[in-house]
Amino acid sequence: MKIGANFPAKTPEGPIEDKWTSYKNKIDLVNPANKRLIDIIVVGTGLAGGSAAASLAELGYNIKAFCFQDSPRRAHSIAAQGGINASKNYMGDGDSDYRLFYDTVKGGDYRAREENVYRLAEVSGNIIDQCVAQGVPFARDYGGLLDNRSFGGVLVSRTFYAKGQTGQQLLLGAYSAMNRQIARGKIKMYNRHEMMDLVIVDGKARGIIAKNLITGELERHSAHAVVIASGGYGNVFYLSTNAMGSNVSAAWKIHRKGAWFANPCFTQIHPTCIPVSGDHQSKLTLMSESLRNDGRIWVPAKEEDVKAIRSGALKPTAIAEADRDYFLERRYPAFGNLVPRDVASRAAKERCDAGFGVNATGEAVYLDFAAAVIRYGKEKALVTHQDANNEVLVLKLGREIIATKYGNLFQMYEKIVDENPYETPMMIYPAVHYTMGGVWVDYDLMTTIPGCYAIGEANFSEHGANRLGASALMQGLADGYFVLPYTIGNYLAKDIRTGTIPVDTPEFAAAEKGVREQLERFINNKGSKPVDYFHKKLGKIMWNKVGMSRNGKDLKEAVEEIQNIRDEFYKEVKVPGDLEGFNEELAKAGRVADFLELGELFAKDALNREESCGGHFREEHQTAEGEAKRNKAFQYVAAWEHNGAPKDANLHKEMLDYKYIEVKERSYK
Amino acid sequence: MDLKLKIWRQKNAAAKGKIVDYDISAISSDMSFLEMLDVLNRKLIEKGDEPVSFDHDCREGICGSCSLQINGRPHGPDGGTTTCQLHMRKFKDGDSIVIEPFRAKAFPIVKDLIIDRSAFDRVQHAGAFISVNTSGNTQDANATPINKGNADHAFDAASCIGCGACVAACKNASAMLFVSAKVSQYALLPQGQVEREMRVTDMVSQMDEEGFGACTNTGACEAECPKGISITNIARMNREFIGSNLKS
Repeated sequence: MKIGANFPAKTPEGPIEDKWTSYKNKIDLVNPANKRLIDIIVVGTGLAGGSAAASLAELGYNIKAFCFQDSPRRAHSIAAQGGINASKNYMGDGDSDYRLFYDTVKGGDYRAREENVYRLAEVSGNIIDQCVAQGVPFARDYGGLLDNRSFGGVLVSRTFYAKGQTGQQLLLGAYSAMNRQIARGKIKMYNRHEMMDLVIVDGKARGIIAKNLITGELERHSAHAVVIASGGYGNVFYLSTNAMGSNVSAAWKIHRKGAWFANPCFTQIHPTCIPVSGDHQSKLTLMSESLRNDGRIWVPAKEEDVKAIRSGALKPTAIAEADRDYFLERRYPAFGNLVPRDVASRAAKERCDAGFGVNATGEAVYLDFAAAVIRYGKEKALVTHQDANNEVLVLKLGREIIATKYGNLFQMYEKIVDENPYETPMMIYPAVHYTMGGVWVDYDLMTTIPGCYAIGEANFSEHGANRLGASALMQGLADGYFVLPYTIGNYLAKDIRTGTIPVDTPEFAAAEKGVREQLERFINNKGSKPVDYFHKKLGKIMWNKVGMSRNGKDLKEAVEEIQNIRDEFYKEVKVPGDLEGFNEELAKAGRVADFLELGELFAKDALNREESCGGHFREEHQTAEGEAKRNKAFQYVAAWEHNGAPKDANLHKEMLDYKYIEVKERSYK
Repeated sequence: MDLKLKIWRQKNAAAKGKIVDYDISAISSDMSFLEMLDVLNRKLIEKGDEPVSFDHDCREGICGSCSLQINGRPHGPDGGTTTCQLHMRKFKDGDSIVIEPFRAKAFPIVKDLIIDRSAFDRVQHAGAFISVNTSGNTQDANATPINKGNADHAFDAASCIGCGACVAACKNASAMLFVSAKVSQYALLPQGQVEREMRVTDMVSQMDEEGFGACTNTGACEAECPKGISITNIARMNREFIGSNLKS
């Protein structure tokens, strides 16, 4: 079945440059006086949810915003490091909306919807204007103008940044916009509240059941529309760069209620993360992609050097240039160290699998700044009229420049690994970072449930099968500031006479009862194993069999193994404490229960997709050189409809049509 | 390594709390402090006890969720770091470690080591924003060049993570470092000028209302701040505040 049959993507007609403008000209508007009669629930307060809540409140709607953290400012968008893309062309290096659109579609390996991506590129410049107006302190040059840097997969410098804390600064910008509306009473903020289920009345999303995480009470909240902005599901791998609390539950609850879940197997494994140090590890830490601007990735070229390094007999700095294998520069001369993330990750894995990994477990490669330190140091010595041949001076000056660019990242690395990255190369290895898959949405960002929207990382979005660096922040803010505030009006215009949705109805009662029963089941379970035991077990299967490279045999095993863990979980899980009061283990149990279902659908989706594309690499489908091999037959979005257990989910295909970009073999050589 | 932990346990906001002793063994020096607490909690759950509740989320030192007064110091013995980035290699085999929540009247205890920092949010609601609509119909981002020095200082102030260590470190439980960081960020940028005077007055007044103490310039806040926020921000806020009051 094709999506067109029931749920058209509703992309507007006309040339691609005009679609968004003509769409905006034709949508239904809600008069300002009527906006006051309409309530909207926003779940999640990261870049997408925070910017949406603030913008919708500004327009006049009554917003109820929910986050499980103790403040909206703590959403995990805060941890984004490197930057945000925009087609401003401030560098004059030939950038344009079309190029950003092209790079994003190509980077996503031709698995995203053209119209959505073009709109994203079109509003990207506005985001920067908006954030500067809000007082976001982006990096500037000495002339006082905004600075840019390069990210992977592109040939222009279009990434705006605030040191290695761009996500923090953008989120605090959105948070400040929220604060303004909270002060005006237009946003009612529910901190430490978790969405437990969606309530559907007469086929429309009309509210949620939320749990107050401090008191344990279940609450009914009604609205005319519900916006899910709850982020991605990378924690299905247990170890990822996501925050400990990041979860799929809000997205999964709406999936269970009828929202289709698209491309779950499209997951981004980020090439530059700090390697795992032991079994106690609770999460992984990213080292921003921006480091690849100046860092060179390598492993020793000779096996005896690898052995000596692992035993501690040899230091990496003692290995001569000729004996190093800069494998990205060797394999991809045009893009070098700045190939897209999926390509860089697989190349690192390939070297480590071949036995060239440089740490004790053989799962690490070097990211080396020595050349950049000398280059910067010499330049600084020259412009300050000092001796550019003085090695000590050059080293000192170069390290200072590196510190101003990446200081906080180097400090973080040193804290975790206990090595000084100014003196010895960093060790890095790929880790789960971002999920391109998510809830299926149409051009309006509405899910298959009328009145229920999904924005930011929570939807399946514009990144196709692989997201380019610095594009997540762009998409989150585009959805929240500039897209949803228009598209949601088109739906709500029909709701101006509805009046407040009552919560004392059978629909709310039934949803609340279902939630309460699951919570009671966990508390009353007579198991003996903590929630984390199952989460870790799930994560190991996901990483080993559904991770960076996949094959049919492993995937089939994974589906079965996940089903078994799920059964074991419900029999054996032990949740201490009671229903009342703060109980983190109880919250975790609910989240892991959902991961155990999503994990199976994820593997099933990967099994279905008989091709390699972007972050999805099937060993059966590769070129002679080991690159991803796409299959035209799979040029579609796989949208799964819930139908009981994940194994019974129905597949709907949204075929992707490329009118403005020629689909080509993705090459970065 | 083997450790003796002395941890503050308190069932809820209304209950009385106390220090409870726990012995823990086989802790690797590569673990983070919170991973060490994870090990303790796993053991407690397996024994049928309630785990120790503490706030945490990103575990990479940026979300500001984690807190903890460790051996009397906010975020523990290692300077310039949050508890989640504190590693056990900073401790020795056989050490006793006292773990308490941040203590301040304005940060009531929720449970065990979890505190309520919503006072910080309310101070921000009072004026920590620039009143510009999110329509995107603003001027081009490069229309107003900003002196790099000011932009960099604004960034340094804006890098506050809102963890509350400054309040916990201060003998008066003052929030001046936190509030002044936000006031400074906007005071240093041209976009912040229009509401400059109102902002500082409103935020300071809300800060007082929340029950934070006064600043007596001891500098403990700066010394314990995991992000190195400078007390020059406090000086700037004082100047802003006096300037604003003189004009009104």
